[in-house]
Amino acid sequence: MSATKKIIVPEIPPIEREMIALRIANMLEDGSYVNLGIGIPTLVSNWIEGRDINLQSEIGMLKCGPLAEDEEIEQDRINASCEFVMELPGSSYFDIGTSFAMIRGGHIDVAVLGALQVSASGDLAGWNNPARGMGAVGNIGGSMDLAVGAKKVIVAMDHVTVDGKAKILTECTYSLTAKACVDVIVTNYALIEVTPEGLVLKEAIDGVTAEDVQNMTAAPLIIADDFKEMEF
Amino acid sequence: MDKVYNTVEAAVEDVFDGAVIAFGGFFSAGRPAGLTKALAKRNVKDLTIVLQQVGPGNEEILDLVTNGQIRKAICNYPFPRSASKGADHPFEQAVKKGEIALEVFPMGTFVEKLRCAGAGLPAFYTPTGVGTVVAEGKEVRVFNGREALLELALTVDFTFVHAWKGDREGNLIYHDTAQNYNTAMAMAGAITIAEVEFLHAVGDLNGNGIHTPGIFVKRVVETGRPDLEIADI
Repeated sequence: MSATKKIIVPEIPPIEREMIALRIANMLEDGSYVNLGIGIPTLVSNWIEGRDINLQSEIGMLKCGPLAEDEEIEQDRINASCEFVMELPGSSYFDIGTSFAMIRGGHIDVAVLGALQVSASGDLAGWNNPARGMGAVGNIGGSMDLAVGAKKVIVAMDHVTVDGKAKILTECTYSLTAKACVDVIVTNYALIEVTPEGLVLKEAIDGVTAEDVQNMTAAPLIIADDFKEMEF
Repeated sequence: MDKVYNTVEAAVEDVFDGAVIAFGGFFSAGRPAGLTKALAKRNVKDLTIVLQQVGPGNEEILDLVTNGQIRKAICNYPFPRSASKGADHPFEQAVKKGEIALEVFPMGTFVEKLRCAGAGLPAFYTPTGVGTVVAEGKEVRVFNGREALLELALTVDFTFVHAWKGDREGNLIYHDTAQNYNTAMAMAGAITIAEVEFLHAVGDLNGNGIHTPGIFVKRVVETGRPDLEIADI
């Protein structure tokens, strides 16, 4: 199957981005150190209040708190998406060299990243959309280090592009962030694990069949023995 | 050893044509805006600028772009986040037209190139970027069964940093996430110039809390606490 495979999107509406984030939040273990990328991944932070999950922000902050508003704003305290954030008891600040020692050094348990494309072998393409027309340069930011360094990489993304093209492919056609780095893909229709045997479909949202998910995926899916409806 | 300059203009007076200059700051936090504005008023050109991004959150850098002072930029997140904003952005368009050369590194590699330059290490190996365009033309070696790229240290002629507190001998303390690249860049500069919000007498700052020891800093200038800015990146 190729990237040009005809993609059929089911009539069942997809879940909201907040629900993708909630499904991912439910996968995170208490006591873990987690980095959230820009986009849907940032929404995971809305679902972890009261839990023992420590957010690392690559700008140089550990135990990064919720978004700050009005009088809570401190101009020198932003997250990596340039949003004002709050301190928590035990928050710490450090330089970006130390921040990436945490990331590359295998100290981050989970990175949740957005993606333009993911391949059957877990290659991730997330930083350079050729439609922008900038050739081989673009906003890499911390994505390559996170994809390579985090113990587990969870991709949070829509299942297909806004114009109905597949994002899960046999091979990525866009410039890669890292090879064979993705462990789990959570989309607005399904949860897929990347295994040595290939992509394993574990869950689909209410009303969507395994066949429906395959019809929007340009890489072959193995249906898990315990394939089930996505729960929140 | 008093390193205080009275004005930002005096502190950047000897920046020369073709200089490589690193600018601290991550979007709106910890930018050396005063020094940058002073540089934009000087008639120096063919500069290579080393910084996270150009424009979003650090608009004062755009004056260097529109003045035609930049030959090359070395960044890790160079452009506005959205393609639609980039279509109207003077830096992105100058890169697209080939008027400014742009080199992009992953963020961890970018900061390590600067830290290594300051630490006397000519190069390092990193697993980041293997199998991507970043690896093109670079030596790959296998360590413990894992591929890694050879990346070179990045020496710079001048570094501009922004600190919260500094003393007259150049000891610096940054505030919250405004520390960001300032620490590594301060080490990398042949001449590091610090603008500080609050200038202190020698002995006023607690030696246990210094982020950048004064040995890395040649000049200090007091610029005050900037106003709150909300950056749209």
